[in-house]
Amino acid sequence: MRKTLDRSLIALCGVATALILAMLVTIVANIVWFGAGQMSWSFVSEAPAGDVGGGIFPAIYGTVLLVLLMSIVAVPFGVIVAIYFAEYARKESWFYKVTRMAVNNLAGVPSIVFGLFGLGFFIHGIGRTLDLGLYGGKALLAQPSILWASMTMAVLTLPVVIITVEESLRAVPREYREGSLALGATRLQTIVRVVLPQAWSGVMTGAILAVSRGAGEVAPVLFTGVAYYMAKLPTRMNDQFMQLGYHIYVLATQSPNIEKTKPVLYGTVLVLLMLTFLLNVTAIVIRKRMRQWATR
Amino acid sequence: MAFASIAIGIILLIFVYVGREALPLLWETSEGASLAATFGEPFKWQPVSATPGYNVIVLILGTLKVTAIAMVLATPLALAAALFTSEFTGPKFREWVKPAIEMLAAIPSVVMGFFALIVLASWLQQQFGIEFRLNALNAGIALALSIIPIIYTVTEDALTAVPQHYREASLALGASKTQTALRVVFPAAMPGVGAAMILGFGRAIGETMIVYMAAGGAALLSLSPLVPTRTLSATVAAELGEVVVGGGHYRVLFFLGTLLFIITSVLNWIGDRYNRRMRIRLFGTE
Repeated sequence: MRKTLDRSLIALCGVATALILAMLVTIVANIVWFGAGQMSWSFVSEAPAGDVGGGIFPAIYGTVLLVLLMSIVAVPFGVIVAIYFAEYARKESWFYKVTRMAVNNLAGVPSIVFGLFGLGFFIHGIGRTLDLGLYGGKALLAQPSILWASMTMAVLTLPVVIITVEESLRAVPREYREGSLALGATRLQTIVRVVLPQAWSGVMTGAILAVSRGAGEVAPVLFTGVAYYMAKLPTRMNDQFMQLGYHIYVLATQSPNIEKTKPVLYGTVLVLLMLTFLLNVTAIVIRKRMRQWATR
Repeated sequence: MAFASIAIGIILLIFVYVGREALPLLWETSEGASLAATFGEPFKWQPVSATPGYNVIVLILGTLKVTAIAMVLATPLALAAALFTSEFTGPKFREWVKPAIEMLAAIPSVVMGFFALIVLASWLQQQFGIEFRLNALNAGIALALSIIPIIYTVTEDALTAVPQHYREASLALGASKTQTALRVVFPAAMPGVGAAMILGFGRAIGETMIVYMAAGGAALLSLSPLVPTRTLSATVAAELGEVVVGGGHYRVLFFLGTLLFIITSVLNWIGDRYNRRMRIRLFGTE
């Protein structure tokens, strides 16, 4: 009796696990099945032609540009904060506790709130002030643009970078630091020349995860710079841009004839999904290597 | 140090800049928008109308409805899967199943929203003959999929963190594997499991694109899971692009953002505390 109860409980838990995996497979399989036919060189290299034809190159271009600008800000900042957390901060100090809480909290703020923040702070706050100060009140920066969208995204992905990099810094053995300090290196030299190179894969993982998150988020850029259709690629910082995620949203919700839109829609979803999965798998592999290396 | 304070700075700035745009609601009424209007009669959300209704209760109800559906579906699945991975299988299995489930989290929410809107909604309607194609249930299921990885990962980490000698002692006393898992390991990791659920709940409340695309978007004062539903986050996403900057409607939308920020911050903070309590209980330190 006891045994059957045991077995059925384990089986039930196994079924739950299988069910989750099955749902993942269903989603991915559905997207690959209907999206694969759309994949071609012209689809990823040409501009859209109406709702039902052409390619999605400008959306890919905009997404890549967005995450690049975002990374330029988020990665260095994140690494510096992580170094502070892992190497300098005393865990008992109130300053550490407050900043720690702030970072953890930042990681859980809904993405739409970041969108509101980007609009309120970057566009109506900084943008307007700069316009008044530099351009005599002409609205150049106080409008949605790729600059503000990527800054908003940088704020959103900052905790991802901090948490990943910090973890990898903590994994560097103490002896490395002690050895370096014993040889007469200063604390900063130790961190820059000894600890950071060892934690390099962690920095890479953090950057990749941040890029993957930034590539898929739509809500933060809704009001800060994304556009459904742009005749030209963005060339200046205050241009608007097209983005894969937003493209999917508009195609899926605002199409007059969804059946005709489906091929392009599925194709775009597949491109975005491949992009984020590829980035995540890379991050997982690097991280696994890092752990194996650390325990060796 | 200076850079770390930027993290606090950003949090404060978010609160200040989102809250600031909503603040005038406290003392003035513009275009029918005031603090009283957001909680009082009439119980309607119809910001663009001759007599605008800004009642937030309708939206909070919608948010809670979708979130509750997601939690009811996600929690048992995620907890059972976490127990299975951590207690009932070997490390070999864990090594590939954990990243696999975490890949669910890598699916962008717009893709999940797309799937619910295009595939899931039609399937549900055909299977169960639901009147409205887009409804709270449809969005709730997609939302459940997106929060399963969080609940699963945090729970699994908590279970794995329970020291091995707890299990050994229990098994030595003659308890079976499942008895050990349910009566020893699970209770020891309880605060971590609580944290997992709270974090999942917080994520579900703020999730935007899925509910925006798949819930149908009608602000109805109804508890039925089968009617179109509008949430706080979806309302902001749908309407902010079309409002007059500084107007009453604009202020109310920032007020919704402030509400979301406060709710999720409190939930995160509680989740964090639970996690810390578990570490203290198991290891004596953080």
